[in-house]
Amino acid sequence: MLEYRVEIALWAISGIIPFFMLNIWTNNNLNESINISDIMLSRYFLCAFFVRQFSVVWVVFSFEEDSLMGKVSPYLIQPLNPFLRYFAQHLAEQITRFPFALIIAFFFFIFNPESIWIPNLGILLLSIVSTFLSFLIQFLIQSIVACLCFWTEKASSIERLLFIPTLFLSGLLAPVVSFPTYVKSWIYLTPFPYLIDFPANLLSGNETNISGGIGMQILWIFLLFPLFKKIWSEGTKKYTAMGS
Amino acid sequence: MNLRKYLKVYKKFLHTSLASELEYKANILVDLITAILSLVGSVFLLSIFFQNSGYIGGWKFEQALIIQAIYTILNGITNTWFNPNLTEIVKHIREGTLDFVLLKPIDSQFFISLKKLNPSGFLEIMLGFFLFFFCIRINQINLNLSFLTLSTITISCSICILYSLWFFISTTTIWFVKTWNAIEVLRSFLYIGRFPLNSFSFSLRIFFSVFIPIAFITTIPSEVFLGLSELWKILLEFIVASVFLITSRKFWLFALKFYSSASS
Repeated sequence: MLEYRVEIALWAISGIIPFFMLNIWTNNNLNESINISDIMLSRYFLCAFFVRQFSVVWVVFSFEEDSLMGKVSPYLIQPLNPFLRYFAQHLAEQITRFPFALIIAFFFFIFNPESIWIPNLGILLLSIVSTFLSFLIQFLIQSIVACLCFWTEKASSIERLLFIPTLFLSGLLAPVVSFPTYVKSWIYLTPFPYLIDFPANLLSGNETNISGGIGMQILWIFLLFPLFKKIWSEGTKKYTAMGS
Repeated sequence: MNLRKYLKVYKKFLHTSLASELEYKANILVDLITAILSLVGSVFLLSIFFQNSGYIGGWKFEQALIIQAIYTILNGITNTWFNPNLTEIVKHIREGTLDFVLLKPIDSQFFISLKKLNPSGFLEIMLGFFLFFFCIRINQINLNLSFLTLSTITISCSICILYSLWFFISTTTIWFVKTWNAIEVLRSFLYIGRFPLNSFSFSLRIFFSVFIPIAFITTIPSEVFLGLSELWKILLEFIVASVFLITSRKFWLFALKFYSSASS
């Protein structure tokens, strides 16, 4: 992984959209209406950036390529679910990404020195846990989509479709608190706000329901995991290597 | 330069890539839904911004919708032409098949920029036009000839800038081999084009007009439509577009000198 330093640095840069959004929010004083101060909002978006960096998943693209190239066949013979292999890759890359994310945070604090804060240890640990749970949810959803590769050749376009609600509803571009009430009434039943909004609120010290949030994350993992198991076993039965 | 030959070659490109893309019909449908959802999502985001304030950076909601429309059209163009072709360059260079392109008795930039086409982007362009005509109605814009020429000029300039940005990054593959991530960075910067430039702070405004001219791509054409634009801005956009096009061409020819094929 360390071989691809520049690549990972660029990945980290491509995640800076939350900062642009922060700029729109504070520059137009939009946050006054939702009762979040400038400082809390900037912390929120910084945390959203961090959570996104450590929960981003691309398993469907790797799996699609491997499946089209016929690399999945040898993986299937091994006595280990190939998704564990991708899982390990994701974890390794997240660790390499950590220093780059820190550098970006450092620059952020240079420009916004008033928003420096130190979360207490308990909150920090809890938010690491919830970021990891968010990563697990996204990994499971994408693995389910990736399994569709057994039926269709372009599962990644379904992933691109699913990415749109994730982008707009997860809180990456605007905190969920600011959403109109007709959206807020149902959004907490979907997995989206637990992907970024909840861990980011937790880490930045904004108001949030800690036990409820983590409970919902775990609930979604319990719902998605059997689904993945099912579609995986169906898919592998259906599997015929490319070109046969 | 033989125009007729190039037209004929382009017709063949169109034919082959349409034929291969139409193999995946369900895929086109999924792409259409994606385009619609992403438009709905960004209008939703805009409505959150406008929830408690009438103006953002001096733009009303109805006016900001025009920016969305132009962004959608340009994004459709990107998805139809730029994205499929320019990601192909990366492949050509990594696998060494650029050799075959260079050997062909045709301009290499023409070949790699227009070879492929993704028809699902057309639907996005149409979607953008729908929103656009809707905006013309709600903003009560009077269409006349001078206005139409000006807007066509500015939009074509935007397309040129967009193309040059994509081509520029793809060309750097000759040195760096892998540029997927650089393309990803460009994508995330282009996302800014969905919002009026004035809604950002001064330093970001400078950054997005001097270093990466995203400001020119959507904001200036929208201002032209609203009749707010001054002549110097249009002239500036024209100059920026020509500079970008010429540089991207020069840069490609320069980069080719360093191309040494795969594994050599």
